[in-house]
This record gives sequence, structure tokens and C-alpha cells, in this order.
Amino acid sequence: MNLEFTEEEKAFRAEVRDFIDNNYPKDIGTRGVQDELSPEDMLAWHKILGKKGWSVPAWPTEYGGTGWTPTQRYIWGEENARKNTVMPLPFGVSMVGPVIYTFGNEEQKAEHLPGIRSGDVWWCQGYSEPGAGSDLASLKTTAVRDGDDYIINGQKTWTTLAQHADWGFFLCRTDPDAPKPQMGISFILVDMNTPGIEVRPIKLIDGGYEVNEVWLTDVRVPATNLIGEENKGWTYAKFLLAHERSGIAGVARSKRGVEQLKEIAASEMLDGKPLLEDMGFAQKISQLEIDLSALEITELRTLAGEQAGKGPGPESSLLKVKGTEIQQRLTELTLEAVGHYGAPDFRSFPDDGSNDFPIGPDYAHHAAPTYFNMRKTSIYGGSNEIQRNIITKMILGL
Amino acid sequence: MDFDFTDEQNMVRDGISRLIREEYDFDTRRSVVASESGWRPELWAQLAELGMLAAPFSEEDGGFGGATEAMIIMEEFGKGLAVEPFVPSVVCAGGALKHGGNSAQREEYIGGIISGEMVFAFAYAEPRGRYDLANLETTAKADGGDYVINGHKAVVIGAPWATHLVVTARTSGGQSDKDGVSVFIVDKAAQGVSTRDYATVDGRRASEVYFENVKVSGDALIGDAGNGLPLIEKVVDEATAAVCAEAVGAMKVTHETTVDYSRQRKQFGTPIGSFQVLQHRMADMLMEYEQSVSMCYLATIKLDEDDATRKKNVSAAKVRIGQAARFIGQSAIQTHGGMGMTDELAVGSYFKRLSIIEGEFGSVDHHMRRHIALTAG
Ligand SMILES: Cc1cc2nc3c(=O)[nH]c(=O)nc-3n(C[C@H](O)[C@H](O)[C@H](O)COP(=O)(O)OP(=O)(O)OC[C@H]3O[C@@H](n4cnc5c(N)ncnc54)[C@H](O)[C@@H]3O)c2cc1C
Ligand SMILES: Cc1cc2nc3c(=O)[nH]c(=O)nc-3n(C[C@H](O)[C@H](O)[C@H](O)COP(=O)(O)OP(=O)(O)OC[C@H]3O[C@@H](n4cnc5c(N)ncnc54)[C@H](O)[C@@H]3O)c2cc1C
Repeated sequence: MNLEFTEEEKAFRAEVRDFIDNNYPKDIGTRGVQDELSPEDMLAWHKILGKKGWSVPAWPTEYGGTGWTPTQRYIWGEENARKNTVMPLPFGVSMVGPVIYTFGNEEQKAEHLPGIRSGDVWWCQGYSEPGAGSDLASLKTTAVRDGDDYIINGQKTWTTLAQHADWGFFLCRTDPDAPKPQMGISFILVDMNTPGIEVRPIKLIDGGYEVNEVWLTDVRVPATNLIGEENKGWTYAKFLLAHERSGIAGVARSKRGVEQLKEIAASEMLDGKPLLEDMGFAQKISQLEIDLSALEITELRTLAGEQAGKGPGPESSLLKVKGTEIQQRLTELTLEAVGHYGAPDFRSFPDDGSNDFPIGPDYAHHAAPTYFNMRKTSIYGGSNEIQRNIITKMILGL
Repeated sequence: MDFDFTDEQNMVRDGISRLIREEYDFDTRRSVVASESGWRPELWAQLAELGMLAAPFSEEDGGFGGATEAMIIMEEFGKGLAVEPFVPSVVCAGGALKHGGNSAQREEYIGGIISGEMVFAFAYAEPRGRYDLANLETTAKADGGDYVINGHKAVVIGAPWATHLVVTARTSGGQSDKDGVSVFIVDKAAQGVSTRDYATVDGRRASEVYFENVKVSGDALIGDAGNGLPLIEKVVDEATAAVCAEAVGAMKVTHETTVDYSRQRKQFGTPIGSFQVLQHRMADMLMEYEQSVSMCYLATIKLDEDDATRKKNVSAAKVRIGQAARFIGQSAIQTHGGMGMTDELAVGSYFKRLSIIEGEFGSVDHHMRRHIALTAG
């Protein structure tokens, strides 16, 4: 047992840190991850990484991956969190990319992988439907073969950032008569500019628009956009979900979040002393740090297993549940820490060009909306109840 | 033992709940909250006409009740997520006047509050004061028979709608001294008062209020100069009990909505309410709600007892209800899945109001500390 990083890993960390410090765009770097970013902002770092060859570290080297070990990738994540960088969106890099290089044909790889690497093509994930959330296999959107095309009809929902997407990967029903609902589903790539696609934004409780309804009416896509075999889409979808979950623990980002919380608690005053020195509040922060350590070591143990050749299994459910609970707890404590100034809705502040009388400290402005928004983490990517069901079945065998 | 309400109290409940049901459906609320003014002055006039703004006052002040009536009204406000300024104007300013005002002040201002012609906001919190009511940077300097007020009050709820303010300021002593706190009535239109108005995340309106050499006469002082802290503590405790009642109303609707949703929403071919983990969560929500009702009653009943008893019970209620508000709000969103995250469904608005109530008039931590100070040794 040895928790130390090796000399090579330390040198790697220094190289990574140096690269980020010298190349991360200054103008988005100062704004932090919570702000509403433009699509250009969201892609800027991805494009820089694409040129460096670091945008898809986990991919096999033949498709542009770095060949880094899981530990190196972990260090990479930590260093990005330290700088609060806006990382590449997961839909291309962590989701459809691995599906395409694992199950796609040579034409599909050649067509799509370069755009994902470079950050030139924006992807979205069309899985969920109004009637198919936790029970994804009950999805109804149909794709009917018509000569060389599929004709897609149906409605997807909760499609994150589809309003900016160039391409989407959709689960569609191709065999309504299959003996089991999982059997009859296909995985199809769709150009979002195809006629018949309408994207309608959904406003969330924090006031932002990150998800959409996607309506598909007689959308004609070439049959060559099918990934793998017809009616085998569920296999690819499950493969993808395991990938999605492994990134979701967010340990490095939460560590950075704890630091920010401590900075807030150090500047908020209680009885003439910083809130950070209040035993009650300090205890809550410590509890969070302790839980985060436990999660971090658990994640490192999982990584070590992966390094030894074990793929991501049901353990990723544990990382997802614990990681999202910590992320949510962080936002609760931040809202508690800012006191009265959690209530103002910063989107409604009078825009009179005057900064003479700020409405509370800057760090308070996002406390409540972030708290509201982060409730999503225990719902999406397979809800935490569903993750616990997976642990019960797959690990406990109940 | 008697947990029944009087006939008159039941009439208050019937009146207010009918008004909220008929006039305050969720779509109406949504459009009111989004409107330029952010509230409905005409509804305020209707409340005055129905006698609701008089409900917490004694007969000699022109009313017919007290804290229990305020509790009943706020519980119904909570069910409809009403944004109108009952707590700032009636409970806070009205409370300061009824407990501390002289007869001339009571007649003029309580009369104005009851008729709805005067709307008060309660400017007590400060940017760096957290929940400490004595920690004041705002000063009121005696100047002959007058006072000159300077300072900045934070997140003053309802201030954009107010005609008047009740303001706490330091007339003597050091920044957190218990002595030296005074309470004033200030016309919002007075020379030197300025505001920056904004919406709050739970659909209300508030202001930062700035006082720059605002001159008020000695008549504006409520109670004795320098002795305002006990008065303010009592008023804030009454307001705390009122938002506890509001939380109870909001929790009830939140819980019921969640149970209804779980009956209708189907996944895996069955209503999600058939999954035991969700059933148990909804059972826990119900238990949290019932405990909250009990604590809300307790706090309200103890408001008129001695200071220590009042404070201890109000803090106990706020701790329990703050915790319940978080559990019920979060559980409701989680049980609704993606739908719970949308602005469209009412449940999100209940969750947001409950989240802000957690910190209003003192967080769980604040009241836990006060409870410890009053009960340990
Ligand atoms: C912000 C956000 C972004 C999203 N982005 C995307 C995206 O980009 N693409 C995409 O395809 N989807 C996306 N989703 C959808 C997400 O995957 C679903 O919301 C999620 O799978 C839950 O489904 P649901 O919302 O229909 O909730 P439901 O399935 O209706 O669940 C409601 C509640 O019931 C519980 N429940 C359901 N079944 C069981 C069971 N068997 N046992 C115990 N409890 C159960 C759930 O845990 C939940 O608490 C996003 C969702 C959100 C909120
Ligand atoms: C100190 C003590 C004193 C007692 N005194 C008496 C007495 O005086 N007279 C008498 O008749 N009995 C008595 N009992 C027995 C007591 O009523 C039983 O222990 C109790 O009913 C639980 O039954 P069990 O022990 O068989 O547990 P089980 O029924 O086997 O339950 C085991 C676990 O499974 C859970 N479980 C079971 N069914 C469900 C379900 N449908 N959903 C979710 N969870 C479930 C239980 O909650 C429990 O956690 C006593 C027990 C104790 C420990």
C-alpha cells in the first residue's frame, strides 16, 4: 500500500500545471464555472486541448488518446479543478466518442471522431422521453426504415444543451414487436440541422435554460448513421452509461468547492469572529472534508482496479451517489454561509451601470441558484435511487 | 388540553383560505411575481376589507386577535405562496408598534396598517450583522429633539412596496452592545432615504435601503431611546413564528403534491408510489410535517410568556421547522425527478420558498446556538 505519487507522476503534474497556467484563456478563467457561459466560452479550452492532443485523454491512442494511466488522468482532473477550468462537454468526449470507436464502422470513426477531438462539433444526448426516464427502455420514439433512410418520429426531453448542438445521438425503437423492451432499440446519430427537428428550451428552477425538449417529426436520416447493429442499441447505451457515471463523482471539483466555501466562511462574520471559527459551522465543513477524503480514496481504489485491467463496474454507482451527495451538501453549506444575501435574485439586479453600492458580496450571488440547480445531480445520469437499486442487485445480489 | 380553534379563528381561516384558493392559483401567482410591481395592491385592499390585516391586533388597537390569528393567516399564505407583505407590515411593524408604540403612534400607524393605506417594511438586518440583532452599524445621532440616521440595511423584504419603514439604529454604545439600540418609524419618502430594489429567488421583492443624513423627529422613536433590543427581539420572535406557520402551510402542499405525483407518474409499468423507498420517504415527509405543526403551535402559544420561555420555544420551532423544510423540499424535488427541476411545476417554487425560509429570521445553526445558550446550565 502506498498513497504517494511516483516521481514520474509528480513530474507529470508539474507539466500539466505549467500547461494550464500558460494556456488557459484568461477571460473565461476569471469567471468561474457557475456563470452562464456562451457556447464559445464552453468550447474555448476544448479547442486548445484539441490542438495539444489532450482533449480526449481516456481514448485509445490510435484514436487520439494520450495513453495516460488512470492515475495520470486523475492528476489531470485535479489540476483542471484547481484552476476551475471549463472542461470539454461530456456528450462527445465521454459518451458518444467511446461508443463510436468501440462499435462504429470505419466511415463513422473517420467522420465523427476528429470533430469530437477538436471541439468543432457539439453533441447532445437524446435518451430520455417524457414517459421514459428511470425506465429508459420504455422509450417510444420510433425509427422506421424507408429505403436507405430511417424516418424518426417522437419526442425526447431533458436534452442538455441541445440548443447549441450540431449532432445528437438518439435511442429509437426500431422493432416494436421485440419480446423485451430492451431488445428493439437502436442507437442512431442525427444531424441536428435535419428538417423536422424542433428544439424547445425548458426553464429550470434556478432560472437557467440548460435542458430542452426535442421534437422529431418525420426526420429523415441516412441508414448509415446507425451505430453497430439494428435493435442492439441497448447494449451500446449501457456501455455508455457506465462511462458517464465514472466521471460523475467530481472529487477534484468538490475539493476546490470546499476551498471556496472556506474562503466565504472566513470572510463572513459571526459574533465578531469569522464564521469559519464557529465550532458548529467548522464541524460541518470538516464532515464534508472527511466524506470527501473517503470518496477520494474509494475513487483511487477503483482507479487502481481499472489500472489492473478491471473495467468500470457497479462500483461506479457508489461513486455517483456519494459524489453527488457531497456536491449537494457543498451548495447547502454555501447558502447557509452567505446569510441574508442568499435571498436576492442576482438576475434581477438593477442594471444602472453603477457598482458603487453592490448588493451583497459577489460570492453570494450564485449561492441559491447553484443550490437549486445542483438538486439535478441526484436525478440525472440514473437517479440515486436507481443507483442504489443497481448496488442492491449487482453487488448484493438481492 | 385544547387544540381547537375558536369560532372566530375558524372564520379567519375560512376567509383567508377561500381568498387564497380563489385568487391565488399558481398561474396567477406566477404572473404576479413576474409583473413589474411584483404584488397585488388590490388583493391587499381586499385583505384589509376582510379584516385580515387587523387579525393580530387587540381590540383596543382596532383588531380582534393576536399571534394565533397571525399563525392561521400565514399558514394559508404558505399554502398559496402568497408574496404580499403580511409579515413585514402587520407582524413586524405592527408588532413593534403594539408592544412599543405610544398611544398617538398606535392610533396613527396601526390604524394605517389595518386599513392597508400604510405598508411597512422592517429594516433591521445589515450587510455584516448576520442574525445578530444588536450588531448595528446604522446610527441615529440625537440632534436637538431630532435624530439623524445614517446607514445601510440589507435585503429589506417588501421595501419596494412600502410607504413606511421601521428601522433599527444605534443611538449609543459599541457595535454589538445590548444597550443603545433604538427603533424608529421612517417615511420611505423622507429626504435621504434611497433604495435599490430587486426580486428575490423565492419570488418576492426586497431592497437595499440606504439612509444618508435622514432627519426624523423625536416622535419617530418607538419606545425608549437605547432600550430597543428587547422590543426588537420580541418582534423578530413573532415574525419567526409567523414564517414557521408559513413553512407549515408550504410543507403541507409540497407533501400532498408529491404524494399525488407519485400516484400518477408511472415508470416500469407501475406508479412510482409503489416503490417502497419512495413510500418510506413520503412517510418521513409526513412525520416531519406533523412535528412541524406541533412546534409551530408551541412557538405561537409561548409568544406571550416571559422572554426566556418565548425565545427557547421559538428557537426550538425554527430549528425543527428549518430542518423539516429542507427535508420536505428536497424530497419533493427528488421524487418528481426531472419534472421537479422545472420552473413550470409549482413544486419547484415551494422548494425555493422553503429553502429561503430556512435562513429567514435566523438559520437552524443560529437558533440552535440560542437554544443551547438558554438551556445549557
Ligand atoms: C438537468 C438535467 C439534465 C439532463 N440531461 C439529459 C440529457 O442530456 N439527455 C438525456 O437523455 N436525459 C437527460 N436527463 C434526464 C435524466 O436522465 C432523467 O431525469 C432521469 O433518468 C430520471 O428520469 P425522470 O426525470 O423521468 O424521473 P422518474 O423516472 O419519473 O423518477 C421520479 C422519481 O422516482 C424514482 N424512481 C423511479 N423508478 C424507481 C425505482 N424502480 N425504484 C426506486 N425509485 C424509483 C426516481 O429515482 C425519482 O426519484 C437530464 C435530467 C436533468 C434533470
Ligand atoms: C425486546 C423485544 C421485545 C418483544 N416483546 C414482544 C412481546 O411482548 N410480545 C410479542 O408478541 N412479540 C414481542 N416482540 C417481537 C416483535 O414484535 C418482533 O420482533 C417484530 O414484530 C419483528 O419481527 P421479527 O423479529 O420476526 O423480524 P422480521 O419480521 O423478520 O423483520 C426483519 C427486518 O425486516 C423488516 N421487514 C419485515 N417486513 C418488511 C416489509 N414488508 N417492508 C419493509 N421491511 C420489512 C423489519 O422491519 C426488520 O427490520 C419483541 C421483540 C423484541 C426485540
